[in-house]
Amino acid sequence: MGGQSMAMGGMGRAFPGPPPSGPAAFQQHGAGPNGPSGYPQQAGQFGGPMSGPQPGMPGGFPGAPGALAGPPQKKLDPDSIPSITQVIEDDKARLGGQVFSTNIRGQVPPLVTTDFTVQDQGNASPRFIRCTTYSLPCTAELAKQCQVPLASIIKPFAKLPNNETPLYVVNHGETGPIRCNRCKAYMCPYMQFIDGGRRYQCSFCNCINEVPVFYFQHLDHMGRRVDFYERPELSLGSYEFDATLDYCKSSHEQSEVIVAEVNHHKQVRVEQQAPNPPAYIFMIDVSYSNIKSGLVRLICDELKTLLEKLPREDGAEASAIKVGFVTYNKVLHFYNVKSALAQPQMMVVSDTAEMFVPLLDGFLVNYQDSRAVIYNLLDQIPDMFADTSESETVFAPVIQAGVEAFKAAECSGKLFIFHSSMPTAEAPGKLKNRDDKKVVSTDKEKTLFQPQKGVYEQLSKDCVAQGCCVDLFLFPSQYLDLATMADVPSHTGGSVHKYNNFQVETDGEHFLRDLRKDLQKSLGFDAVMRVRTSTGFRATDFFGAVYMKNTTDVEMAAVDCDKAVTVEFKHDDALSEETGALIQCALLYTTIGGQRRLRIHNLSLNCTSQLSELYKCCETDSLINFFAKSAYRAILNQPVKNVSDILVNQTAHMLACYRKNCASPSAASQLILPDSMKVFPVYMNSLMKTAPLVGSTELFTDDRAHQRLSVMAMGVEDTQLQLYPRLIPLHDVDVGSEAVPAPVRCSEERLTDSGLFLLENGQSIFLWLGQASPPDLIQSLFNAPSLAHLQQGHMFALPELDNPLSKKIRSIIGELLEKRPNSMKLQIVRQRDKPEMLFRQFLVEDKGLHGGASYMDFLCYVHREIRQLLT
Amino acid sequence: MSTYQEFIQQNEDRDGVRFSWNLWPSSRLEATRLVVPVSCLFTPLKERPSLPPVQYEPVLCSRANCKAVLNPLCQVDFRAKIWACNFCFQRNPFPPSYAGISEVNQPAELMPQFSTIEYIVQRGPSAPLIFLYVVDTCLEEEDLQALKESLQMSLSLLPPNALVGLITFGRMVQVHELTCEGIAKSYVFRGTKDLSAKQIQEMLGLTKPAAPGQQGRPVAPQEAAASCRFLQPVHRVDMNLTDLLGELQRDPWPVSQGKRPLRSTGVALSVAVGLLEGAFPNTGARVMLFIGGPPTQGPGMVVGDELKIPIRSWHDIQKDNARHLKKATKYYEALANRSAVNGHSIDIYACALDQTGLLEMKCLSNLTGGHIVMGDSFNTSLFKQTFQRVFSKDYNGDFRMAFGGVMEVKTSREVKVCGAIGPCVSLHSKGSSVSENEMGIGGTNQWKLCSLDPSTTLGVYFEVVNQHNAPVPQGGRGAIQFVTTYQHSNTQKRIRVTTIARNWADAQSQIQHIESSFDQEAAAVLMARLGVFRAESEEGPDVLRWLDRQLIRLCQKFGQFNKEDPASFRLSESLSLYPQFMFHLRRSPFLQVFNNSPDESSYYRHHFVRQDLTQSLIMIQPILYSYSFHGPPEPVLLDSSSILPDRILLMDTFFQLVICHGETIAQWRKAGYQEMPEYENFKQLLQAPLDDAQEILQTRFPMPRYIDTEHGGSQARFLLSKVNPSQTHNNLYAWGQETGAPILTDDVSLQVFMDHLKKLAVSSSS
Repeated sequence: MGGQSMAMGGMGRAFPGPPPSGPAAFQQHGAGPNGPSGYPQQAGQFGGPMSGPQPGMPGGFPGAPGALAGPPQKKLDPDSIPSITQVIEDDKARLGGQVFSTNIRGQVPPLVTTDFTVQDQGNASPRFIRCTTYSLPCTAELAKQCQVPLASIIKPFAKLPNNETPLYVVNHGETGPIRCNRCKAYMCPYMQFIDGGRRYQCSFCNCINEVPVFYFQHLDHMGRRVDFYERPELSLGSYEFDATLDYCKSSHEQSEVIVAEVNHHKQVRVEQQAPNPPAYIFMIDVSYSNIKSGLVRLICDELKTLLEKLPREDGAEASAIKVGFVTYNKVLHFYNVKSALAQPQMMVVSDTAEMFVPLLDGFLVNYQDSRAVIYNLLDQIPDMFADTSESETVFAPVIQAGVEAFKAAECSGKLFIFHSSMPTAEAPGKLKNRDDKKVVSTDKEKTLFQPQKGVYEQLSKDCVAQGCCVDLFLFPSQYLDLATMADVPSHTGGSVHKYNNFQVETDGEHFLRDLRKDLQKSLGFDAVMRVRTSTGFRATDFFGAVYMKNTTDVEMAAVDCDKAVTVEFKHDDALSEETGALIQCALLYTTIGGQRRLRIHNLSLNCTSQLSELYKCCETDSLINFFAKSAYRAILNQPVKNVSDILVNQTAHMLACYRKNCASPSAASQLILPDSMKVFPVYMNSLMKTAPLVGSTELFTDDRAHQRLSVMAMGVEDTQLQLYPRLIPLHDVDVGSEAVPAPVRCSEERLTDSGLFLLENGQSIFLWLGQASPPDLIQSLFNAPSLAHLQQGHMFALPELDNPLSKKIRSIIGELLEKRPNSMKLQIVRQRDKPEMLFRQFLVEDKGLHGGASYMDFLCYVHREIRQLLT
Repeated sequence: MSTYQEFIQQNEDRDGVRFSWNLWPSSRLEATRLVVPVSCLFTPLKERPSLPPVQYEPVLCSRANCKAVLNPLCQVDFRAKIWACNFCFQRNPFPPSYAGISEVNQPAELMPQFSTIEYIVQRGPSAPLIFLYVVDTCLEEEDLQALKESLQMSLSLLPPNALVGLITFGRMVQVHELTCEGIAKSYVFRGTKDLSAKQIQEMLGLTKPAAPGQQGRPVAPQEAAASCRFLQPVHRVDMNLTDLLGELQRDPWPVSQGKRPLRSTGVALSVAVGLLEGAFPNTGARVMLFIGGPPTQGPGMVVGDELKIPIRSWHDIQKDNARHLKKATKYYEALANRSAVNGHSIDIYACALDQTGLLEMKCLSNLTGGHIVMGDSFNTSLFKQTFQRVFSKDYNGDFRMAFGGVMEVKTSREVKVCGAIGPCVSLHSKGSSVSENEMGIGGTNQWKLCSLDPSTTLGVYFEVVNQHNAPVPQGGRGAIQFVTTYQHSNTQKRIRVTTIARNWADAQSQIQHIESSFDQEAAAVLMARLGVFRAESEEGPDVLRWLDRQLIRLCQKFGQFNKEDPASFRLSESLSLYPQFMFHLRRSPFLQVFNNSPDESSYYRHHFVRQDLTQSLIMIQPILYSYSFHGPPEPVLLDSSSILPDRILLMDTFFQLVICHGETIAQWRKAGYQEMPEYENFKQLLQAPLDDAQEILQTRFPMPRYIDTEHGGSQARFLLSKVNPSQTHNNLYAWGQETGAPILTDDVSLQVFMDHLKKLAVSSSS
């Protein structure tokens, strides 16, 4: 990649020289439906406003000095400032559909939004690992100077497209995978074979190891092993090892995770056994509200068909996953669904203070074998509780029961909990309402995000120790202290889905889509991840739905294809430009078939002492993922305002450093952004406008906590979408073509009264109908003569109509729903209707509804900050 | 003397009472000198086919602290329609309904033959009987199957309106709901957690049926029945329950090598007691516990689950090495007391080859009047028939069980009651007739018998309190009235009143009379009960020493001898058998723990303190019958000299029935002579003891262990351990006789015992 600078005011100049092609030139083509407006032509207008006051930003930065008074400036053309949609389109145009070979160290991959094919040639695919920069600064000083965070976002189970090869499984026999004696790094393409192939040097710690006899192979004239291409662990960036018994949990010390991954060298050979296949337990809250809403019946009916589709090992005939069922309100009901039984048996456990599992045999069963009994049970559950009046529920004991069940069955697994209300019944983990709008925007605001300690903390620990992942489906009608309730899922690699005021008619399908996706996801259980690095730097901090017992081992009760861990690196020592930097992520886990495996992802990065090189290799999408996660974690301990300030400061600092060290001298009034980061401010601004970081009493505390926790587990793709939703114009869609219209910038200005727009950010999806939408369009979509005729019932789904437009739009929506990790509830909003407010908060380039600056204002503000830093 | 024996017999038949003394010494001092206290064995519900119950309320003495029931001993003024209480001498008018009485028109309770009378009274609503099965599922498949069948069978024996419930336990405790359709529902409790009754009731979702203020009074049973899903009328749920029992599986939790299954007996019982306590206080209920091994976890644990640590033995207990003993005993005692307070009885059916913890659990049955049955396996006729016999019916077609009994003792003022020994608990009712001197369970004149049957017999001990210088008027009689209220098995409330009187005698002038009124059988059993009662709390040797001292004192008091001349010692006929009873009692498993496990001792003692006189005597001194060609079957001495080669012996120890074929007989049998037509008589000889044994087996509860063995067979030890070792390896050759079989023992023989007794009795120093 070549040039990277972009100058506001058109005087910017590519730093080392013009790039061969692509975004560096910063030509904006077709930034919106209004057609391209040449950016360089904006020059003259731009220099001014940066020095003036920021009339548009009164609330966003209360600490901002207002001293620089001056006359209001002429409005800027929004098309003149860097556009994400443009960057995305450019990248697509340049790299879309191409093959990305991972054979070059420190190669910056295409954007997450671009479709490309990865060919693994020694480095892990960017689907598995993305870095904030692909050229690490050689020294800590340099890193400090630029303040660009050094981080990787690792999504170990990322889904691979069908045209990419699944990971090979390597078996090194009884002694287990070959590892460096000193640092325990696994055999990988970076190991240097020397001495005619008899020994190898570990490139992580430089230790020289003997090659085991069975593994010996001659070297060719290049010093490469002859079997280089036959062994995935020598030629590929990602592969798996079959783990031996040493890597399995000891049968006797269930509570203590004995991870051979960590202490392989120890001669502690306690009796270890191969894991049992994992199990799924469905735990359904059958209290009054869930029964009344029809949810229980919906779940039971759906499970009958859904259980046929449990994930299974590649090539396996049937899923090895066992299933179990629990219902609960104030007490728990376990069900014996052993295949030999004529009818299911229900066992009530009222002792919620000390939860236990009342049965062993028949609780976790093979669905295929027990289908008849399970059907019988699922038929009966809704009726059994049909006239319940119990409205109190317990929660912690429910999770505890799941852990105990897995403990008894000596397996790992996942709990699907369908819960309605705050657990107020007398039992451990009882919660009380602590929602206090008064603390919003104060120093105490962090308490809203902090989970209540005690029971749930211990429960997370227990869950992780047992490999019990908790997926939570919440159906609240009011505050239920999500921060606490989601604590366990967020430490066990689980997800939290929330359906406010659930109604079967409007939310049923949405929920079922989530449930189906969640149930069928491929995932690994009882996982421990360790990130090893070559000398000079090391992983210091981890963000994600994980549990850390010590500072190095990332434990996850389960990790699925959408969960990512963000790892921050710090320097220990100077790095060498010559050898570069290596990252090896090893994940020990149990497959859905019950096999213990090690998944290895290797990545080599460049090191540089040139800041310009560093900035060139930055990756904005990854950066914003890191910033989002670190900010969302920071608000647990600091006032939200401090966190926002830090974000802005760091943004300014990063950009100022670039300006100072990399950009060619230019007028101070010019804002110069590195090419790789030119849309960074949009994301940053959007991040600061997200619910968790906006102190507004109008937002529900639970929603803020929910968003905070969901983002913590997200990968780069998801955070990108979350922070910059797709706004797709649909009114002039070409019904004949396969393509989805190009998204436009997320700003009100891009909407047209006669337009039809689809907005989606991975969590929500809206269909926006302009006030002046042509009646024929409304007719073909809704079978209604005009907008005014749309009823309440129309607002959540498009009717299935047999006309090209309806089909096309429904297929676009369907594809999106299919593609995203979570289901989204379609909301149809009319321009100027009240629900439009919901829609508008996703127009992230505009001023925030609940506070927060518009993109333009933010850019101006950042510019001013940069200028201050530079003086 | 025949008169006294007849008198005693007649009294027993009519009132179910056997007194140690049938003439009472008139002062306290003399009474104490008689050594054996004035006491009686009383069978409150003795079966009396000739006694039709009357259908009205008894007439009570109006004095508040007397309330004695009108009885044949009362003086009645027919003209004034006034009766005088024979206990407190209060003069009471008859109630209006008695207006028509006269000398020729007397109510039943005034007729002499109605010294025992039963009233059917209408008090409160009648509560159905409750049977709560508590079933151990940690059994071998075969055992569980047999038990399931027995339980299913029992459903057909229960009265149709009786309520049944089912609790099963292993590692967990499951309370089964009986009315569910489509899905079998149960509540599960952790087997290791001690829960209070309140917690249990809350967890079972039972609303408290009685407000706190109403406690102690029975609640309306219909209401309670509706609120309790766990106890349902048999007729409504027998199909469900039969299926449920049929589907019972062995405890599914894995038991690893070298471990015992985890058995939460303690919690299961606590849940059973808590459930009944909450739902049906003060109604007749039986908790029937079936166990196949010791409790191994949770409260009430008797032994750990490590097989390498064996269950406690007497040796461990003496060495204070029984880790769980005290805690477990305390736990079960607390449960037993709670259960007793609510009138619920607990049966234990323990079938296992090893001990099951009866030592710790015995109080459950002892205090509540429940049965204890001990067998090797549920798949034996011993258990199956015994269990069936629990539900046997009397001549009226009523179950031979009664519930919620309260026995009250009223005495005339010269006598006070010291205590009772039997399957009862004290109600702590301090009346004027309560002595300060406690014997057995004392300090009260009311006892609760949660469950009782026609054979339940209490030993009741009295004290003569009349001072020496205040003589009883000539011809005066001491009177005692037993008032037993209970719930009949047909749910009627009944009151049975037995009033007896005995003459006073001056011990100085009438000592001969007193001596001849001595009932040595009753006295032996009553003294034995005192001994067994002491043995529960004292060291074995101390009890034996106490018994010996009593015997010596009795012999000194009534023996005729010249000082220091043992040869001159004589006892009158009325005392002649008493020393022999004591000899066998000393050797009995009730006082000797050698060769018995703690569980066995508890089992034997349990039955000893509740059986009637005849059975008790058999337990003390087993009966030995001989069958031979020399004559008709005859009882022979329980002596080693009775073991002859050409005899078949049938010994009945109550707990065992041993048929032992003599050496020659055994050889003949082996040779198959009984098959040959010419030896028909031999076949008959072989058959005779079997028939007799069968007869005993038919009636006995619990079924005795039936042993058919021959001389020299290993099982013959049951016989050898009981007979008087008159010939042992020590004296065999000295005696130079060839009859009988020597016993390899160092125990003293009856002869030696008697010699010592005589020596001590005549010695002036002791």
